[in-house]
Amino acid sequence: MTERPVLAVIGAGPAGLAAALAAAARRVHVVLVDSAAEPGGQFYRQPARRLGARRPQALHHQWRTWERLSEGLVAHLAAGRVTHLSDHHVWCVERESDGRKTTGFTVHALLGPEQERSVAVRADGVLLATGAYEKVLPFPGGTLPGVVTAGGAQAMLKGGLALPGRTAVVAGTGPLLLPVATGLAAAGARVTALVESADPRDVARRARGLAAQPAKLTEAAGYAVRLARHRIPVMARHTVLEAHGRDRLESVAVAALDTEGRAVPGTERRLTCDTLAVGHGLLPHTDLAEGLGCRLDGPAVQVDEEQRTDVPGVWAAGETTGIGGAGLSLAEGHIAGRSAAAHLYGTAPDPGEWAAAARSRTRLRAFFAELDGAYAAPVRWTERLTDATVVCRCEEVTAGAVREAVGALGAGDLRTVKLLTRAGMGWCQGRMCEPGVAGIADCELTPGRRLLARPVPLGVLAAPPEPRRRPGEPTSPR
Amino acid sequence: MNPLDLARARPGTPFTVTFDGREIEALPGQTVAAALWSAGVTSWRTTRGAGRPRGVFCGIGVCFDCLVTVDGRPGLRACLVPAVPGADIRTQEGTGHDD
Ligand SMILES: Cc1cc2nc3c(=O)[nH]c(=O)nc-3n(C[C@H](O)[C@H](O)[C@H](O)COP(=O)(O)OP(=O)(O)OC[C@H]3O[C@@H](n4cnc5c(N)ncnc54)[C@H](O)[C@@H]3O)c2cc1C
Ligand code: FES
Repeated sequence: MTERPVLAVIGAGPAGLAAALAAAARRVHVVLVDSAAEPGGQFYRQPARRLGARRPQALHHQWRTWERLSEGLVAHLAAGRVTHLSDHHVWCVERESDGRKTTGFTVHALLGPEQERSVAVRADGVLLATGAYEKVLPFPGGTLPGVVTAGGAQAMLKGGLALPGRTAVVAGTGPLLLPVATGLAAAGARVTALVESADPRDVARRARGLAAQPAKLTEAAGYAVRLARHRIPVMARHTVLEAHGRDRLESVAVAALDTEGRAVPGTERRLTCDTLAVGHGLLPHTDLAEGLGCRLDGPAVQVDEEQRTDVPGVWAAGETTGIGGAGLSLAEGHIAGRSAAAHLYGTAPDPGEWAAAARSRTRLRAFFAELDGAYAAPVRWTERLTDATVVCRCEEVTAGAVREAVGALGAGDLRTVKLLTRAGMGWCQGRMCEPGVAGIADCELTPGRRLLARPVPLGVLAAPPEPRRRPGEPTSPR
Repeated sequence: MNPLDLARARPGTPFTVTFDGREIEALPGQTVAAALWSAGVTSWRTTRGAGRPRGVFCGIGVCFDCLVTVDGRPGLRACLVPAVPGADIRTQEGTGHDD
């Protein structure tokens, strides 16, 4: 028997799972590397096994799709066609070459939640399916305990069956706020408002393409029903001005927005709450792609019709290539997995074989492009920040410090602002504060250029290279 | 309704951990952050500069706001680290090192 080529799929969300199943079914050995304890990614995040959830589907949508994915994964794992490396945080993917062409890749991952030891995995091809993280714009009081990201509240609920408090306000902008508000309410939180800065009429007008998307219409109607059932008032064209509290969140001030994005005088209201779940959209994880030298298209990894990046042997699928929800991630993952399988065997794939997935990819990309326009982040939010508002949570850099760097010191780009203020130089490597800093400084949100996708302990960097083994078996940790 | 009932969870036997010396109950499989949230605790770190309280923000290991000291080891992300029986969880002040 000839040795199967090895494809490292990084990320076990909808995109990575669809890719792994497609490639494994075509005689490729897949090493599925993911930082979480269980497969599923953000959309299908599973409760920790030992919590013994007998009805996890109560926390989820589109459960049938998940069953299909997880059954497929279990079958491939049992047959030895897929190796799943959970609790592996990839910090770098190295490309190897013989001087002329790429000969393979080494995936370096830190183990477990402690992340002090690293292992290396050899592969012939790499498929990046690392998804996205949340964008949260700063506001006064935004660092008070009890203020969490919308997706974070959802992740803690789905994974740990835990709620941060009893009375929640869900705020910001974007389609993610809907499942978060209804999810928290279903789990027993009192959700006193869904504060959305976009105008629902605008969303509807823009998404006229909806008519051609019956599934999306049904989904939207489903949320409307659930919002009503849980009696969650929707405050459209409203924003959170400030979070109040001494050592933890006690209330939020909200106000209506006029068409220019200014708070309408006299509409301000205080909402008592112990939880604020806030989000302003998602940003693709692109560090591993950048480290490999893949070209980006704006904030996302650029791919061709087959989901190939411009670096030979590297594919990308799902939200790392642009935000578009779980359905789009599935379609892209499927195409990427099939393309990778063909090329790893040195053959050209026949795109006709994935025509159905390509059609849903086209449809969903168009749909999200429209939606994105309607849900554009609130304008004029920077005017509502006081000089004391913390912008960089790690380094405790204030809006005032950023303004000074731009005004008095003349910084004109994100990098200079960072160097002058230390904003973005902390543990999160700027992921949390970059959109905020760029907005205040009124400069472009350039990709972070993080050399390493995770902060790596010095001991790991200083150690000699890990011995490498095939096929896809990790080396022993050090 | 609560999340455990919603998902019809039948967790293993609860165990005890301590938070700043106080005993709290945790469930097998929960992270330190989930256990603390379930006990009504939302902050377990004070910042290096202004000494302000922090807890979970992103919930998925990206923001590093939830750093905590467990069994003497500072700088662990509470949203990733599982709670284990008898864990000595402590509020982390600054970097958690004597500096
Ligand atoms: C916190 C959060 C919660 C969300 N909740 C919902 C929701 O409830 N409903 C909804 O419709 N949409 C939700 N979304 C949107 C979500 O992004 C999409 O619905 C969908 O999950 C995208 O699929 P994906 O496969 O592209 O990426 P993901 O599902 O994000 O999967 C990516 C996987 O890659 C892993 N990963 C990333 N970087 C690395 C690395 N360096 N090393 C190892 N593994 C890595 C991640 O742990 C994750 O498992 C959420 C997004 C976020 C950020
Ligand atoms: S809450 Fe963000 S890293 Fe734990």
